[in-house]
Amino acid sequence: MSQATMNLSRTRHTLAPWARIAGLTVCALLTLGPVIWTVSTSLRTPAESFDLPPKIIPTNPTTEAYSGVFDQIDVWLLALNSTLVTALIAVGQMITAGLAGYAFARLEFRFKKPLFGLVLATMMVPLQVTIVPVFLVLKSMGLTDTLLGLIIPAFPTAFGTFLMRQYFLGMPKDLGEAAMLDGCGPWRTFRSVYAPLATPGLAIVGVLAFNYHWNEFFRPLILETSGQNYTLPLGLVSLQGNLGTGSISVVLAGVVLSMIPAVAVFVIGQRPLREGITSAGVNR
Amino acid sequence: MTNTQIQAVRPQPAAPAPVAPKPSARDRGSRLLAALFLAPTIVGIVVFTVVPIAGSIVLSLFHWNVIDDPSFAGAANYREVFGDSTVLVSFRNTLVFMVFAVALQLLIALVLALAVNGRMPVWLRSVFRSAFFFPLVLSAASISVVMKYLFNQDFGVVNWLLGLVGIAPVPWLTSENGAMTAVVLVYVWQQFGFSFLLFVGGLNNIPKEIHEAASLDGATGLRKHLTVTLPLLSPTLLVASVVGIINALQVFEQPYVLTNGGPGDSTRTVVMVIYENAFEQLRFGEASAVGVLLFVLIMAVTALQFRLSRRFVHYQ
Repeated sequence: MSQATMNLSRTRHTLAPWARIAGLTVCALLTLGPVIWTVSTSLRTPAESFDLPPKIIPTNPTTEAYSGVFDQIDVWLLALNSTLVTALIAVGQMITAGLAGYAFARLEFRFKKPLFGLVLATMMVPLQVTIVPVFLVLKSMGLTDTLLGLIIPAFPTAFGTFLMRQYFLGMPKDLGEAAMLDGCGPWRTFRSVYAPLATPGLAIVGVLAFNYHWNEFFRPLILETSGQNYTLPLGLVSLQGNLGTGSISVVLAGVVLSMIPAVAVFVIGQRPLREGITSAGVNR
Repeated sequence: MTNTQIQAVRPQPAAPAPVAPKPSARDRGSRLLAALFLAPTIVGIVVFTVVPIAGSIVLSLFHWNVIDDPSFAGAANYREVFGDSTVLVSFRNTLVFMVFAVALQLLIALVLALAVNGRMPVWLRSVFRSAFFFPLVLSAASISVVMKYLFNQDFGVVNWLLGLVGIAPVPWLTSENGAMTAVVLVYVWQQFGFSFLLFVGGLNNIPKEIHEAASLDGATGLRKHLTVTLPLLSPTLLVASVVGIINALQVFEQPYVLTNGGPGDSTRTVVMVIYENAFEQLRFGEASAVGVLLFVLIMAVTALQFRLSRRFVHYQ
């Protein structure tokens, strides 16, 4: 059997396969359409930006709009802020979730169940319900309108902890027992046996954190009041406000610029991202 | 029987490990390690979630504008909130939004997951999967900026496309129903990939023998999906709808950027009201009261779902 037929799926539909694939193609085009339109319009001249029917390939492609973005907002500063915030949160979450997930999966201590219950329960608490007191806590720490104020509260991750616990639970127990017999203490067992095996799980936590916080809007909107602390999504929305010149190419060029890292994560981290989301539904 | 005795003696749930009379050095080491490993997460959750929940409840009983000292208000904030037509409308909008957004999102995701699960070459399947998942990685705020142009009444691509099939231009962002529809569509466009991935995972977990048995019994097409696939997928459907509803009740970016709550209050959502009360008008007490009500609503809807699900969810 050829590779293609081996991988044919299990379900048999009454719908002719070609009709199903045609339908899926239309849906995929509708899904990607807005993104394709954004990229192509960002490469048009302002005069052509509203052309209908929209020309997917611009007649006079120009990067004029991109230089417009750099003139209007400090893209480098925004990108630097976003990168700092996102990278530190991702690394921080990998550490906190890795440690806590391991403790819940493999260590024995009192109040394990109620503590794990507490972690799971916080997954249900909407950010907006706690934002006013969190704002006040950060204010009392002098962290409002700082990047640190965005970073520190994002370190603990209930979902990441849950994910890492499942991950460590999936590893064979014998490994740790063998290490213990060889005289490893609890720390050595973690450090030299389990932690190295957890890298793929940690990658899932990191990629999910990167994706979520790179695009985060609500917390930065509330916490960052001065322009020098803005992250990219905030800068973009303000770009739109400042314009009003009728040229949408510049706004869309800004959107494209901010998409680049998200798309990079999509390409590199697609698999961990997908697995992270899928496991939310399956690992119960 | 010993189990129940132990539980009777100790009111707190006992640690699963048998309690040794003298903890060995290794056990103590492991407990110390657990404390160190858990500290960042637990301290963080207590400081940034548990204390703030309590804080929100307390704050909802006070009038406070940051500048003057807080003054005790009792239930006044709640009375005010219930008498405030904007707040009431925002709850109504959020519920309407939730119903349409979640229903549409689950329906689209389910149909596409079933279709992608059908016969096709592997490479094509992964192209479709990536395409449907792609909007999830984009920022809701910046994509809403884009959508504002696509939904423009006069020069937007959406109306141009509708024009091709003979539908008159729709005043998407300037009429009440149009604005809500646009907000729902933009939200669903970005979010359905999440449910889609859950469903694809859930469908892959259904043993294929079950479908073969159903086919042998003469079940085909839609009927097979309704009687065999859906019940087997019901645990995944529950997760998708719980997560979908919790997320939808917190919608903010799309209405904030697309319509800023308008026209009138037609797309103002609960979270927008919290934001405006707290950070634009400095009415922290009222904002907290709305927050507490939203929290209660989310808890109630989620509890209701789990209760209803007992009848509909089948675990293998």
